[in-house]
Amino acid sequence: MKVKPVNHAKAAEAFLEDAPHLTFHDERLWDMRQKRDQQMHLLPEWQELRSRASAIKEHTLANLPEYLEQFEANAKKNGIHVHWAADGAEHNRIVGEILEKHGAKSLIKSKSMVTEECDMRAYLEPRGVVVTETDLGERIQQLDGQMPSHIVVPAVHKLVPDVARIFAKNYNTDPNDDSPQSLAESQRMAARPVILTADAGMTGGNFLVAETGTFVVCTNEGNADLSATVPNLHIATLGIERIVPRMADMGVFVRLLSRSALGSPITQYTTHFRGPQKGGEMHIVLVDNGRSARLGMEEFWTSLKCIRCGACMNTCPVYRRSGGLSYGAVYSGPIGAIIDPTFNERKYSTLPFASTMNGSCTNVCPVKINIHEQLYKWRRVLAEHHELPFVKREIMHMAGKLMGQPTLYRTAINGTEVALSSLPRFVLYNWLNPWGKHRELPHPVKQTFHSWYKKNRLKGKEESKGGKA
Amino acid sequence: MKIGLFIPCYIDAFYPNAGIATLELLEKLGQDVDYPLDQTCCGQPMANSGCNSDAAAAEALFVRNFAKYDAIVMPSGSCTHHVRDNFDAIPQTAEVQHVRKNTFELVEFLHDILKVEDFPWAEFPHKVGLHNSCGTLRALRTASMSELGEPFFSKPMDLLSKVKGISFATPKRPDECCGFGGTFSVTEEAVSARMGLDKVRDHHQAGAEYIVSADTSCMMHQQGCAERGGVPIRFIHIAEILNGARS
Repeated sequence: MKVKPVNHAKAAEAFLEDAPHLTFHDERLWDMRQKRDQQMHLLPEWQELRSRASAIKEHTLANLPEYLEQFEANAKKNGIHVHWAADGAEHNRIVGEILEKHGAKSLIKSKSMVTEECDMRAYLEPRGVVVTETDLGERIQQLDGQMPSHIVVPAVHKLVPDVARIFAKNYNTDPNDDSPQSLAESQRMAARPVILTADAGMTGGNFLVAETGTFVVCTNEGNADLSATVPNLHIATLGIERIVPRMADMGVFVRLLSRSALGSPITQYTTHFRGPQKGGEMHIVLVDNGRSARLGMEEFWTSLKCIRCGACMNTCPVYRRSGGLSYGAVYSGPIGAIIDPTFNERKYSTLPFASTMNGSCTNVCPVKINIHEQLYKWRRVLAEHHELPFVKREIMHMAGKLMGQPTLYRTAINGTEVALSSLPRFVLYNWLNPWGKHRELPHPVKQTFHSWYKKNRLKGKEESKGGKA
Repeated sequence: MKIGLFIPCYIDAFYPNAGIATLELLEKLGQDVDYPLDQTCCGQPMANSGCNSDAAAAEALFVRNFAKYDAIVMPSGSCTHHVRDNFDAIPQTAEVQHVRKNTFELVEFLHDILKVEDFPWAEFPHKVGLHNSCGTLRALRTASMSELGEPFFSKPMDLLSKVKGISFATPKRPDECCGFGGTFSVTEEAVSARMGLDKVRDHHQAGAEYIVSADTSCMMHQQGCAERGGVPIRFIHIAEILNGARS
């Protein structure tokens, strides 16, 4: 099947045309990056924490089957039903069956990127299950029919008036009342009755602890705790890479997570789920969906260390100026650009190029994923797999040939000396327009360095070692 | 020590003054410098686009040109980064390894190898904003990186501080990428140009008359953005200031 690659550049261009949204988006995320820096400066052991977190994750991933089995055994002892899903379809089927068994028609859920990966709402809704997102940002995105644009702050690309418009359409509120307080209140009034009457609750999760068979959910709104505890049925969905060996490891990860994500010392709620509540039922679905395959990729397996804090997005100058939706994928930003191609190489072949490879993402990553180096490696892999646009491939091929032939190259460059109101031919070919759209071209010069050197250093110095007739 | 001078293609064609200043500066410091005439490119544009095998001819030529030198010096952080860290389209012979190990960006060469103490001829009575390219900052590590919270250091700032009359403007986001990114500047031109405009505005608002950098490729892009966006700021390569340019 022919899949079209995501056109990030085009979507980003549209995003950039809206100045108020662009400015807010850039500044809001930059503010999160700065708050993260402040937290880092408060902890002298920050770099040691990063190293430990990275080491724990690498160890765990290297022994993933053992730890997952340990988790399963301990979780079962705790009275949790454990399910394994090889892919999104299996995940959705499992969740659907659990709900059906309980006759559940109304599901409230907290944020979960895995359910986005599996496109779960689209599966459940036609089967008569009403799914309600309870995270405010996620709910806004659900009502607007959009994917989350950021893994921590899903509606960060929206301004308050956008939310007022969406709520007016769905909750019959005043579209002109854009006070955040009244918007939050209208969401609360709309959500509470749904929460109180829901048949089932669903959460994602941040960590699975192998030695205890428990899992940890970190949120700020308390909605995950409501989703998990108000209905008697709690289903949690987590990727298999979320596991850590020991409860003591949480001391490392909890300290890093919210500091990296929002620049706050800890999330408002850090809940350890140990088993079903009295008279209730707890299920956990452990999702692979490409993770095992990624674990086998020598250059890319460490992307599985990710704890989904979003710090790489907040610091990414490209992400801040293009918005998460421009990536056309569940995971956006730098981390998205290195994991999305594992889901669909052709569709996401453009994303590793939606980066300047500046390396800031790697520096802020709390688990030390070498994101910008993986972006570089992905470019090679994609070129080898013929996933580059034809024009780019041809230009690089021609440029590569030219650069290997000094005489031809010099002829091309010298052409620019004569009429240097334009770029050299090889650059000019096909590239001039994009450069000049929002930028002036370099100014013409009288002579190249090469000519200057010949005139000023080689005259009367025919024996120059570097020179050649 | 015999030095081979590499002048990247865009400096050769568009910013020869940066190349001339580099050569003159090294000569003033008593160095024995050759400029091999057959040079073209280090291979970075092809390699960064993923087309690594297309970089092979450029890399092989680079080694042919420079293997005989004790040190290869270039006024470009990103080209140095390519040669040092990613130059693997060709077999890694002893010759290739010699070249990769002995290639230096100008600032690190002046700061770490020659350990230059002063530039008595240099005077630059202007307020400048220093732009560290991502290659110099996060790959060559010529300055401290804000993301890591490490103690402040800056090799380019150390060198510039020895110039009479110079003063520095401090932009709000000194470590933010300017958006050049090689082919990114054309394949993602809208984001690239916006990043460039934000970068030059940041320096301008901090009071910089000039943006100074060890990387002309970033400045070529920034200058284009500043001119189109009407931001009155000038650009100069660090070699020109250290070589004694007054404006």
